[in-house]
Amino acid sequence: MTGETPAIATSGLSKRYRGGQLAVDGLDLRVPQGSVFGFLGPNGSGKTTTIRMLLGLISPSAGGSELFGEPVDAGHVGTLTRVGALIEGPAHYPYLSGRANLARYDAADRTADPRTRAARIEHALEQVGLSNAAEKKAKAYSLGMKQRLGLACALLQPRDLLILDEPTNGLDPQGMREIRGLITSLASQGTTIFLSSHLLDEIEQVCTDVAIMSRGRLVSEGTVAGLREGLKARLVVTTPDPAEAATVLKEQGGQDVRAEGRRVDCDAHEDLAPDAVCAALVGAGVRVLSFGVERPSLEDAFVALTGEGFDVAE
Amino acid sequence: MSQSSVALPALRPRARRTLGGSLLVNELVTMFRRNRNLALLAALALIPVALGVAIKLSTHRGRNGGGFIAEVSNNGLFLVFAALSLTLPIFLPMALGVVSGDAISGEAAQGTLRYLLVAPAGRVRLLAVKGFSLVVFSLVSTAVVSAAALLTGLALFPGGQVTLLSGDSIGMGAALVKAVWITLLVAASLLGLAALGLFVSTLTDTPIAAMAVATGLTIAAGIMQAIPQLSAIQPWLYTYQWSSYADLLRDPVYLSNIEHNLLIQLGYVVVFASAAWARLTTRDVTS
Repeated sequence: MTGETPAIATSGLSKRYRGGQLAVDGLDLRVPQGSVFGFLGPNGSGKTTTIRMLLGLISPSAGGSELFGEPVDAGHVGTLTRVGALIEGPAHYPYLSGRANLARYDAADRTADPRTRAARIEHALEQVGLSNAAEKKAKAYSLGMKQRLGLACALLQPRDLLILDEPTNGLDPQGMREIRGLITSLASQGTTIFLSSHLLDEIEQVCTDVAIMSRGRLVSEGTVAGLREGLKARLVVTTPDPAEAATVLKEQGGQDVRAEGRRVDCDAHEDLAPDAVCAALVGAGVRVLSFGVERPSLEDAFVALTGEGFDVAE
Repeated sequence: MSQSSVALPALRPRARRTLGGSLLVNELVTMFRRNRNLALLAALALIPVALGVAIKLSTHRGRNGGGFIAEVSNNGLFLVFAALSLTLPIFLPMALGVVSGDAISGEAAQGTLRYLLVAPAGRVRLLAVKGFSLVVFSLVSTAVVSAAALLTGLALFPGGQVTLLSGDSIGMGAALVKAVWITLLVAASLLGLAALGLFVSTLTDTPIAAMAVATGLTIAAGIMQAIPQLSAIQPWLYTYQWSSYADLLRDPVYLSNIEHNLLIQLGYVVVFASAAWARLTTRDVTS
């Protein structure tokens, strides 16, 4: 993958809205071809603004971006035929059927061949599991069906890049699994996926790379595994005797010992052998209900990096 | 959902570009399939029918209106001219104000604008398609009034020789040709408004606001035309020569006002289509 033109590259990409609010601030992003790239960030952190700039819907106030080495220019078609997108939820003509909606979007793509249109629409409907509801008016669709129709629209042509903003929004658990399966299978065929999601376990399951945004800035970029390794694992004891347990952990050399209710934990560094610690706890008469090492989740990494939960950023 | 065991249909190399006529065809089909637009056309078709019936009933009681309406009971073909003169000031501009004001803002409000642009439709191409479809709608809406009037007129009133405004008489065939020309002229009279509506619809993501502005401006222009102190700007209003089509009913045809009307419409189309282009190609699409 090295040396290849990245699917997405931005340099100093910034957007200041007319109100003076800086939504995206000097973003340098590099999405390698063939990766499944997770794009994370709290609400209002500038994810959607970034996606809209990548797709030429809004023009940056500074910096720029390239898709497959070609500059993106608002109002210019460029490489967009190679890109399928789902942006801030699906949008449809409520008075048209699912199939007619897809036909309209396909007609809008001037490189789409009208002779293969019907077959491509059929294939897209089948991929997202909508074949049986194709003749229904879009206004009669459920939220999950609308989401599937939006995905079908992104899949009308074989794409080199899919930019998907919350693709499993509104889907039931079964639907989420199906869509994740579809994304994984598309990725295995070589499509680069740029996936924005607030579902951290989704990113963890599907993505190879991840970037985290906070207040318009990129706070971390790397592999999912690398990001998690940045955080230390914790040794956790559940016990009715937290005070005694904390003392033992400190004696054993545990750092950053914290006790909360029946849970006592400390950093699990290499010198701290879990079996020895457990034996010491039992030897000191601490009643151990459970004992183990907790690996940090992506969510912990996320909170550690953005310093916030999913509250709206200022 | 299947794990895509179906082979992808054979695809043409995507470097091949089609003429881009697909979107125009789709736009027209969508436009005339939409219930709202069909309702507008149905309402327009009802006006000449109602007018014809009203004239038929009132002439039996020996009452008579003036102008074209007075002529209708003598010759059914005059219902075409009467219906156009009745619908041109209000109903036709209203229908066109709705459709043109909705052109871009409706797509924006629905969120479909972003998907059309990402498809990618191209902003200039999308605007051209919308503009051309408005020309077609002007023509179709005017033709619907004329056709409904012609059928009603011939069903309720006698036909035969048509007496022109200049006093000469022409045959039914020649008069029908004039009716077709008048329909085309009335449709052309609406183009300035269509361009204005299209521009307004690029300014907002709220279609109802754009429709209200496009329709409201026509009413405002009508009011300005009635104020003598504004005579200096009146020749620049797109409504100023709207009644000039009647000059086709003279022999020889008096062309001066008709030419002035077409020039005004052309001016509005050039100015507002350019403004719409400038706006749509530079705006941020945040809807």
